[in-house]
Amino acid sequence: MNTKINKFNNKKYLTIFIVISAIGINCLISLLMGYWSYSWLPIQASEAANYVDNLFAFETTIGTFIFLGCTGTMAWILIFNRAPKYDESNGQPLEGNVKLEVIWTIIPLILVLAIATYATKVNYKLENLGSKTKYNFGQEAPFVKEKKSFDFGPIDVISRQWNWEFIYPNGIHSSELHLPINKRTNFRLITDDVIHSFYIPAFRLKQDIIPGSVITYSLTPTRQGVFRLRDAMFSGAYFSQNQTNVIVESEEVFNNWINETVKKELQNGLNPAGRLYDKRLKNGNRGWATVKPAPAPKVQDVGLEDRPHDG
Amino acid sequence: MTIINYDQRLVKSKNPYPKGPNDWKRFFSFNTDAKVIGIQYIVTALFFLLLGGLLGMLVRGELITPPSDLFDPTVYNGLYTMHGTVMLFLFLFPMLSGLTNLLVPPMIGAPDMAFPKLNALAFWLVPVFSIILLLSFFVPGGPASSGWWSYPPISIQNPLGKMINGEMLWITAISLSGISSIMGAVNFVTTIIRMRAPGMGFFKMPIFIWTVLAAQLLQLLGLPALTGGAIMLFFDLSFGTSFFRIEGGGDPVLFQHFFWFYSHPAVYVMVLPVFGIFSELFPVYARKPLFGYKFVAVASFGITILSLVVWVHHMFYTGTPMWMRNLFMFTTMLIAVPTGVKVFAWIATLWGGNLRLSTPMLFCLGGLFNFIFGGITGVMLATVPVDIHVGNTYFVVAHFHYIIFNTIAFGIFAGIYHWFPKFTGRMFYEGLGKVHFALTFVGATLNWLPLHWAGLLGMPRRVASYDPEFAIWNVIASIGAFILGVASIPFILNMVSSWVRGKAAPPNPWKAIGLEWLLPSPPPHENFEDDIPTVLNEPYCYGLDKPFVQDEQFYIDKSFKKH
Repeated sequence: MNTKINKFNNKKYLTIFIVISAIGINCLISLLMGYWSYSWLPIQASEAANYVDNLFAFETTIGTFIFLGCTGTMAWILIFNRAPKYDESNGQPLEGNVKLEVIWTIIPLILVLAIATYATKVNYKLENLGSKTKYNFGQEAPFVKEKKSFDFGPIDVISRQWNWEFIYPNGIHSSELHLPINKRTNFRLITDDVIHSFYIPAFRLKQDIIPGSVITYSLTPTRQGVFRLRDAMFSGAYFSQNQTNVIVESEEVFNNWINETVKKELQNGLNPAGRLYDKRLKNGNRGWATVKPAPAPKVQDVGLEDRPHDG
Repeated sequence: MTIINYDQRLVKSKNPYPKGPNDWKRFFSFNTDAKVIGIQYIVTALFFLLLGGLLGMLVRGELITPPSDLFDPTVYNGLYTMHGTVMLFLFLFPMLSGLTNLLVPPMIGAPDMAFPKLNALAFWLVPVFSIILLLSFFVPGGPASSGWWSYPPISIQNPLGKMINGEMLWITAISLSGISSIMGAVNFVTTIIRMRAPGMGFFKMPIFIWTVLAAQLLQLLGLPALTGGAIMLFFDLSFGTSFFRIEGGGDPVLFQHFFWFYSHPAVYVMVLPVFGIFSELFPVYARKPLFGYKFVAVASFGITILSLVVWVHHMFYTGTPMWMRNLFMFTTMLIAVPTGVKVFAWIATLWGGNLRLSTPMLFCLGGLFNFIFGGITGVMLATVPVDIHVGNTYFVVAHFHYIIFNTIAFGIFAGIYHWFPKFTGRMFYEGLGKVHFALTFVGATLNWLPLHWAGLLGMPRRVASYDPEFAIWNVIASIGAFILGVASIPFILNMVSSWVRGKAAPPNPWKAIGLEWLLPSPPPHENFEDDIPTVLNEPYCYGLDKPFVQDEQFYIDKSFKKH
């Protein structure tokens, strides 16, 4: 009798020990994954990046814990609860447990509400998106007063099938987006044809550009360097060519660039899609239908297509 | 005990194909037997799985190197658009309609669907719209190439200006698909509500029936929005109206609302029946009752209701105001709760069980494993600031393939293997099934796991070429895709050879509880014919000593008799 109780107690302690150490190991791995998750993302180059990465790391940590908790349990079951060959007997006939059901309803509920609240706070903190104002397509996009103040801008970002053009407040036209560091810069996002998306991975920011509307947008670059700007909303045949560079510079270098560029003549800017389309025409215009690419923008700063970026 | 009034008129229906049930020609006729229609759907869908898979491999072939060198980018765009369209509208929806057709009547003890002719009509629309869609490869200018979203204005640009063009055929096919699905939904919902066996109250229905009901109600609520949107798009494209055309004062974002109001719930239309399959199979192969049957059942409707109010999470960066983004972030997050209830219930069902790792169980376990992963990345995508970075990148592509292939297709394979003996009367080859599982799991993981990192680093989806820093992830993904292609070989081999010369299947090879397992394999034309069983309990009472139906032995004996 005594030995039976002892055996039972031993088994109970062993179970508690296994559960606690499993939870401990899971916590450790989850924290490590959260820490590693920063390295899965591009360089942080804007104010938003740090917030997004923290949020992502937080979710990676919780997600890893849940994932390993569930799949670890599954692995345990797969190892210890396999039926021997030809054994077709039933398992433990558990029908359910209301207490457990309530727990695993409430805990995820609290978790997702916590994540959503955290994310809402980040949204209010960043407030990148300004206003969206409709106008008659084909006319000049109207100016709208921005609620939140900014340090520089507005820069007109014009996206086409398939090139980018940036027009600065002093009238400079450029194929690349030069930005001063640590200045909240305001943009007016405009498209001449279909929906595009203004996406700079290093900034962790993306905003669709809607035809017939002008969208105002603000962001603060926090790191000098060259970063890739990619169109992220499918825009047709040469969609993947619709990229350019964002060059974040110190205030001095930026002002220099403004002063130098304003003196230059207008010439054809970056237009890789146009080049590919010409090649296609030369090769007999094979392939399926596409609209003609927009002509290259007339710019003062032509920029460089293949700069090393995001390094 | 509640007894459902059973409409006796429904028990008797004429066998529409006079030569009887063993004539293969019935599969090529306007047959109104739900079991024939089910197999028609499934075989058609599997054919299109091969076609969609081939298109997917062509896409992965292009993406194995950074530059756009295999196809012209216009061709690439058409291929990926058709890959998505074929997989969703020609594979997944018909496949699930097929499983639903096969399983619903036997599982609830009904002889057939409520509206057999409507049922056959819904099926025969599938080849019609499939041919329309495939014809678009041959029209001047090529097929639709603006993605399966078909967002205007890109979708209505119509570069060649011809009346008949790929996009126009695409919209026609999608609208017909929507009509076919609405017909199916009316039928499934009516059948489930009106034609259950005596004693089968709502809380004695199999979970698969619960999930089908939840999914088909979603179809009825959501599809009109998409079909309406598609018709407006058709008018904009072909007749110069301006619902979405900016030149006429239309708003392209309006289409996105119509589209996602249905197309987000559409994911749940597809995943809910698969949750049903998981809930059916785990108890059978773990030899345990389903943990928390009532919670699992009700959670399906929690998902249905919530899924109707989350669609704006696809539009977090289209200029949606802050308050709306936050609101839809909260509603989207809430879906994790009923889904979590299901996941935890499945794991608890496995706990302490007596597991048999047969092919269907392996697919279920693999599907559950992948679904937990896909669910977690789903919560990440629901988080507005994270979504603003990874939305429209390969992170999304990886996430939704984790749901749509690694969960839904896994569940479908599990279901096909599990019920194959029941409806063909033949056993499949376990060994080939396991090879199929191993190749599918390895291929799918290699294909979609690495793409998460490509997305996190900022590789946009739908690109024909990409910067060299993304190459490594894409090479691994392409290898995975080709392994998936290879995985189809043991599957086809297994299905064809088993059906032709497999061992004859007993009525209940898995010792499962459920009305369909009280029928002979394959079941006779009208299932239980004149002896509809009276259901006493839900079909998960493994080891509980609770009888499932009245006079169970009578049905077991009957199921062994040749019909």
